[in-house]
Amino acid sequence: MSNRHRGSWIAGGVLLLVALSSLIVPALSPYDYYTPQLDLISKPPMLQGGHLLGTDPLGRDLLIRVLWGCRISLLIALVASGISVGLGVLWGATAGYAGGTIDALMMRTVDVLYSVPFVPFVIVLTVLFGHELWLMFVAIGAVSWLDIARIVRGETLSLKRREFIEAARVSGVRGARMIGRHIVPNLLGVVIIYATLTVPTVILFEAFMSFLGVGVRVPLASLGSLIADGASDMQAHPHLLLVPAAVLAAIVYCFNFLGDGLRDLLDPRQQS
Amino acid sequence: MSTAPLLQIRGLGVYYATAHGAVDAVNDLDLDLGAGECLGLVGESGSGKTAVLLAIMGLLSSQARLRGNIRYRGTELLGLGAPALNALRGARIAMVFQDPMSALNPYLRVIDQLSEVSRVHGGSSRRAAEQRALEMLESVQIGEPERRARQYPHQLSGGMRQRVMIAMALMAEPEIVLADEPTTALDVTVQAQILSLLQQVRARTGAALLLVTHDLGVVAQLADRVGVMRAGRLLELADCERLFASPRHAYTQTLLAALPKLELPA
Repeated sequence: MSNRHRGSWIAGGVLLLVALSSLIVPALSPYDYYTPQLDLISKPPMLQGGHLLGTDPLGRDLLIRVLWGCRISLLIALVASGISVGLGVLWGATAGYAGGTIDALMMRTVDVLYSVPFVPFVIVLTVLFGHELWLMFVAIGAVSWLDIARIVRGETLSLKRREFIEAARVSGVRGARMIGRHIVPNLLGVVIIYATLTVPTVILFEAFMSFLGVGVRVPLASLGSLIADGASDMQAHPHLLLVPAAVLAAIVYCFNFLGDGLRDLLDPRQQS
Repeated sequence: MSTAPLLQIRGLGVYYATAHGAVDAVNDLDLDLGAGECLGLVGESGSGKTAVLLAIMGLLSSQARLRGNIRYRGTELLGLGAPALNALRGARIAMVFQDPMSALNPYLRVIDQLSEVSRVHGGSSRRAAEQRALEMLESVQIGEPERRARQYPHQLSGGMRQRVMIAMALMAEPEIVLADEPTTALDVTVQAQILSLLQQVRARTGAALLLVTHDLGVVAQLADRVGVMRAGRLLELADCERLFASPRHAYTQTLLAALPKLELPA
């Protein structure tokens, strides 16, 4: 826990705090995210009644709605980075290491998925299956691993020619063991950086989809839909825009910091 | 050699097809390696000496075209399928690489790297493999083997890493050790230590050593027989003493004459 990594530890702590409070606070609060209170419309932050961040145009507690939004956004970040790291790394490393026909087939599959126009795809899914939250996960999961698969494949191609890989080969190591023990650990630096870049991207993408109205379904809120609602009312009630926007910015910023620290933490060469 | 050689190379050719026609890295090479023997292969850069090792190990890139035979105890190695080849590599034939800085996986501790060899071949238990790894570290004279085993490659010096490489090659008690310029990346005092280590290892394990180098001093110290290569061909093959005392091929004479001599100014 050197000085150099203080930022990463703080960022990790903040994210943990946000995640925990988004899980715990809504359960303890007397308010929920959907019941309107018509006598408390668009109130600014106030201590009275415990509406610490104020209320929205339907009189719902903004703090609770923002925390629910964090739940959705963090869940999407988790799913997207899980899929992109898990599937993307395995896919790319296997393709790059195997080479030849296998490589060509796997990477052409990636190209095909890549060429699916994404926003219309999500809208079609929404039309077919209704306005379901899991569609969002399917859609983001389907594309988030494509970039990382390409990057990992490229890295694997150059890694494959490194001497320690040949040394492992002449020791008789092959196949899954080679990929799992020799290739993948050496990809970690690139993968972690890229995964932490993916997280903000998908959070923002979810915000974008919610802004378009194909994300979460009302009355549930995500950070994106809260920002969209707040933006329409920003002159009269700026707190409705500022609060969710600040939380989103803080989360994205923390993820970027966390990536740097994680990479150093997992690299034995960076440890004293 | 009265008995059949352990490794028999006949008419080995390594070719690369290029836009300007075929380029041959190795041309019509015959070589025998007897059990327990140390054969040195010397030559300038690009003479094809490393290509011979890579051909034996099946490490040549897929663009390379091969011809001829390489037989290990009668088994043809060229064109051998991957499973059979993997059963031999590391177990019966092992290799020590030139640059110990880049031939160890930076993400694996020394002990994991070593015990992997035992676990891949014969699938011994983790505990047994680690025990074996510690013994090997001790046998290549690494001080504090227990502590070193838990470290990562970047925490070891160059000489220590080369000792680890040698220990790794010996993990499965191979009959043949191929060494590709094992001392080139090391400084002179460490070179001497590694050479004497290789000598001891050979005496103790009885493994045959095929030593590729451009350093005539290394060959003179270790090899029983020496082959001189140039432009993909084996020019001369002779007992070590005979070659240094009375080189027959003009190129060998030039090579020996090119050695710098230590002389006091008159």
